[in-house]
Amino acid sequence: MTDVELLGATPPAPSEPVDGGGTSTLAAYAAGHGLTRSGARPSLPAYTRQLWQRRQFILAYARARNAAAYSESALGQLWQVITPLLNAAVYFFVFGLLLKTRAGVDNFIAFLVTGVFIFNYTQRATIGGANSVTSRLGLVRALHFPRATLPLATVVMELQQLLFALLVLLAIVLGTGEPVTTSWLLIVPALALQTLFNAGVAFACARLTTRLRDLQQLLPFLLRTLQYASGVFYSIAKFGKNAPEPVRLFLEGNPVAVYIELVRGALLHGYPVPTYAWPLAVLWAVVVFGLGYVYFWKAEEKYGRG
Amino acid sequence: MAEDLLTGPATSVGTTVDPRVPTVVVDDVHVTYRVHAGGSRGNAPMALYRMVTRQQPPPATLREVKAVRGVSFTSYQGEAIGIVGRNGSGKSTLLRAIAGLLPPSSGAVYTVGQPSLLGVNAALMNDLTGERNIVLGCLAMGMTPAEVDAAFQDVVDFSGVEEQFIALPMSTYSSGMAARLRFAIASAKTHDVLLVDEALATGDSDFRRKSEARIKELRDAAGTVFLVSHTSDVVRETCQRAIWLEKGLIKMDGPSGEVIDAYEAAYA
Repeated sequence: MTDVELLGATPPAPSEPVDGGGTSTLAAYAAGHGLTRSGARPSLPAYTRQLWQRRQFILAYARARNAAAYSESALGQLWQVITPLLNAAVYFFVFGLLLKTRAGVDNFIAFLVTGVFIFNYTQRATIGGANSVTSRLGLVRALHFPRATLPLATVVMELQQLLFALLVLLAIVLGTGEPVTTSWLLIVPALALQTLFNAGVAFACARLTTRLRDLQQLLPFLLRTLQYASGVFYSIAKFGKNAPEPVRLFLEGNPVAVYIELVRGALLHGYPVPTYAWPLAVLWAVVVFGLGYVYFWKAEEKYGRG
Repeated sequence: MAEDLLTGPATSVGTTVDPRVPTVVVDDVHVTYRVHAGGSRGNAPMALYRMVTRQQPPPATLREVKAVRGVSFTSYQGEAIGIVGRNGSGKSTLLRAIAGLLPPSSGAVYTVGQPSLLGVNAALMNDLTGERNIVLGCLAMGMTPAEVDAAFQDVVDFSGVEEQFIALPMSTYSSGMAARLRFAIASAKTHDVLLVDEALATGDSDFRRKSEARIKELRDAAGTVFLVSHTSDVVRETCQRAIWLEKGLIKMDGPSGEVIDAYEAAYA
């Protein structure tokens, strides 16, 4: 009976009859009935609106992944705190005790741990972003949702990890004798800018990886190079001043180094933050996020193909 | 009878005015998979040897698989269309192209609203628990947290997955359980055009009955249902029209009885 009812409810007949086959005719016929192209990429504002509607999904997905990541280990989510601590201990042993790169730094432990944690955030967001779409092809091929939710959720997930690490960091900073000052509040804008930057990188890597899987093998090396160039274990102001001009500019201007310097400036009393750091931090965040987001959106309809 | 008028294939309509309302127009669609095939370049020493001896490397490992090679048809409101064909004939690929999940390499698909694919082959997130999958799947489809809360128990009940399993990762589920849960999640929302991929073939007879009823319900709300199934009896019972795909091309399109008879005669 339903079929008959549906027939009765049909709107007026099409002005043009179908004569089956011809490509342009079918397209015109579809357009005449208000049919839209399946899987077409929405405009950038519409896409952003869809993304905003899915904010609950992004948060829930990040939480679920964080919970699942440690579900098999005995200590569970405690590893979110232990892992950064162990990392910091290893780096302190190598660079603080063996290689003695502490020259020119008053509070080397706090200096080092801040560098390790802040760098880790960008590193993990980059690698996670690169895998975010390719490792979820099952989901991408099953359900409709703006694909940008996947790299974004990865960044949110890493941000949550960082907030745990930050508690450890604050304890270390206090334990090494730093005073609590209002400049600690500067952590918030610094991390907000770094988060924007990380999201831009995650978007770009997510799309690049779908085209070129080899990037997943290459990324660890690129990131390690960046780590040595970001002043994580040594003071760029001290070791960079004798470097050739282009190298010095790269050390001082690279985005991760800038974010690390900003957080150190916020936490360590009397730590000298270069004057260019804040404008550069904003510039990197806005440019990389904008370019990464648009670059990712341009391939929105193609991610299902893998 | 009105029903006959509705279920006839698109080509039976000539130059007369057509009262039917199209829901999906598939216009000369081709879908090509690019496959990163491994192995043909040999191992590292071989590659080095070729570099030293300046031999031409073997052809690129990027291979193309033409899954759908030029398919056109139109579906109308109130139709249930079965898609039959052997493994690898392009059935699931065609459904994904209609759903807009897999872009055609040429041609286009035009649809009313957003078609939705209920696929059992499409895994959700195996490392997460059943309950997380329900919540995340519903949120991804654009439901609000309140709507998810309201639908949650229905999804669990419909899937028939026991309570103690809902809190376990989906990787611990049997394939039937996982398929039932995925079907239940995807059908938690009503859809304009519904695409069902092999759903009825999985699960026990009780779940098959339940999901057949759900598909009927969804069809009444949706307007058009596409059904891919290996079991020709299911297509014969659930659909009035059938499309037979062979090697990525339409071999036959017509009333399901005729198409299934011809299909069975060819492969009996």
